[in-house]
Amino acid sequence: MKLRKGTNVIEAEKGKGYLQLVWRKFKRSKTAIGGGIAIVIISILSFFSPFFSPYDYLDYQPRQSFRPPQRIHFFDHKGKFHWRPFIYNLKLEMDPETYSRIYEEDTSWRFPIRFLVKGWEYNLFGISSNLHFFGVEEGGTIHLFGTDIYGRDLLGRIFLGGRVSLSIALFGAIVTVIIGSIMGAVSGYFSGRVDMVIQRAIEIIQSFPQLPLWMALSAALPKTWSSLDIFVAMIVIFSLLNWPLLAREVRGKVLSYREQDFIMAIKEMGGSDARIIFKHLLPNCLSHIMVVLTLSIPELILMESVLSFLGLGIQPPMVSWGVLLQRAQNIQTLGQHPWITLPGFFIIITVLGFNFLGDGLRDAADPYSVRRT
Amino acid sequence: MLEKNERLLEVKGLKKHFPVTKGIRRRVSGYVKAVDGISLFIRKRETLGLVGESGCGKTTAGRTMLRLIEPTEGKIWFKTSEEQRVELTKLDKKQIKSLRKEMRMIFQDPYTSLDPRATIMEIVSEPLKVHKLARRRDLEQRVRTLLESVGLKAQYMRRYPHEFSGGQRQRIGIARALASNPRLIIADEPVSALDVSVQAQVLNLLKDLQGEFNLTYLFIAHDLSVVRHISDRIAVMYLGKIVEVGETEEVYQRPRHPYSEALLSAVPVVDPDRKAKRILLKGDVPSPINSPPGCHFHPRCQYAERVCSQEEPSLKDIGNEHYVACHFNGSLALKATT
Repeated sequence: MKLRKGTNVIEAEKGKGYLQLVWRKFKRSKTAIGGGIAIVIISILSFFSPFFSPYDYLDYQPRQSFRPPQRIHFFDHKGKFHWRPFIYNLKLEMDPETYSRIYEEDTSWRFPIRFLVKGWEYNLFGISSNLHFFGVEEGGTIHLFGTDIYGRDLLGRIFLGGRVSLSIALFGAIVTVIIGSIMGAVSGYFSGRVDMVIQRAIEIIQSFPQLPLWMALSAALPKTWSSLDIFVAMIVIFSLLNWPLLAREVRGKVLSYREQDFIMAIKEMGGSDARIIFKHLLPNCLSHIMVVLTLSIPELILMESVLSFLGLGIQPPMVSWGVLLQRAQNIQTLGQHPWITLPGFFIIITVLGFNFLGDGLRDAADPYSVRRT
Repeated sequence: MLEKNERLLEVKGLKKHFPVTKGIRRRVSGYVKAVDGISLFIRKRETLGLVGESGCGKTTAGRTMLRLIEPTEGKIWFKTSEEQRVELTKLDKKQIKSLRKEMRMIFQDPYTSLDPRATIMEIVSEPLKVHKLARRRDLEQRVRTLLESVGLKAQYMRRYPHEFSGGQRQRIGIARALASNPRLIIADEPVSALDVSVQAQVLNLLKDLQGEFNLTYLFIAHDLSVVRHISDRIAVMYLGKIVEVGETEEVYQRPRHPYSEALLSAVPVVDPDRKAKRILLKGDVPSPINSPPGCHFHPRCQYAERVCSQEEPSLKDIGNEHYVACHFNGSLALKATT
């Protein structure tokens, strides 16, 4: 603690502010914490996906097509325990009776899993590297989630897909929150004609059945657009259709706060309407906004997955979890190679995680409602 | 003319009528005449008490004088720090905003007049930010000084309103009002929501601050004992009109309006040996939409005559800076408190 000349030695005490109170209540909910941890882990894996992928996801290896997941072993086939987990290579065998191709573990050679290995080159946010979290030495393969039809490592592609799915959901939710809270606040604060117009717009948008509307708008996107354009367009579509819900809640809160003395006090001192809305009304709606933010994200993840799965929305070569699941549409493929549904597992974990997180936040938010001076 | 120069705030014929709408077409069926033509003035460094029962229009009057509510009619003059007499209703948005730092308000309810999500530092420094009166790095020091002058410890700066008691919150509100170095403070029932012992503390604080910062107060209240303690002159309001104005002791000891007499008789007397002779007014306060013809008070007045229901009395100067709106001013032998 630096002592500036003339400063009060007793440092100004920090009050138990809103965020601290929310955090304290939030910590009590185990499911919420669990959800939060799951999301953080998946986010890290997706964010740094090249680091966590032992294989380049663009690597076209038709001979490795549809390899099943390889198991991590600690005990070898002789029953001996090894500290370092290892992998057996897979060799292609033909079943003598059915003549179908099966993969068997080649127990002749152990490939220990090494950490922080050098592998394929990648560029992560401007930093070039070839460092990877784990890998095996030359001659061995490590496909923990198996491969897809083109022999590409599914683990890496799932993490890569996570980037797109999570970022669409996150940006969509952020834009939704921005539009929704401003529209709600303006509608509630100014009343009159402005309020009427915005409310009618909200009602019109909300009266459409959601899924058909999403599908129609996504189908209307020209296929000639680049992946990035489609990515941005998806975000725009999502937020345009999602903001009414938050706007309604914010408007309700603004209506109740508008007549309170502390708002009149800002007017009395000469504060502008913008100051009232952004510095006083919206911060008081923060609990609602936070909850809608965290609950919008799983909704958007599901929506994006559904649309991409159906061939609308994100198109290959851009990868998202929905795109990855496109392969799972074929029953035959699904039956023979069930591991291609693994992206679905990630979707489930992420959606559940955000839902638990949002529930926990909703219970923890508005701590002032419990406190009474 | 010399007297006129001493007046910081002057109001003439101020009216505020709220339209009452009926039906889907929202046609106007009547007006709530909250403020129905009041005239008064406040001299520099004076405290004018504005009293009346709940619903008589005193809060609306206070807010209309600051143009927080737009007046329906009337004129408001204010003496700025540049010694210019400006008429508030003629000013545009920018000019009003700049004047707002000189005329401030203290609010009644300490529990809703502070933003629950803001720290004390943010609340008190807000006027400074709005009017750009201090640089960012000086804000903390300014707030520190302000808090100390209202009797709060500076280390409370980073706390939130819900951590304070009602009396402390009012002090924070006072600090916020003082932040922009105002000349006039309109205190809208600043102690009504506080316990009696705390009331005394806050009142004394207000008095001290008045001397320290050369403030002028319009003190709106309904508690007459509180008003007597702090006001130099008082104005009595009834149903949107002022019925009597005069120096405090003059009005308390020699009230000239029957309503003032009744109000004063209702003030509890501390002496147990003195029997309180309360004047009970018959009837209820009429609705401000349908005020009685002539003198608004006549249906409840024990001295009413025919003329009272026909002609509205205007505020007349009966000498000694004492004004009354009654047809029988001066001739009634009204009892008073001491």
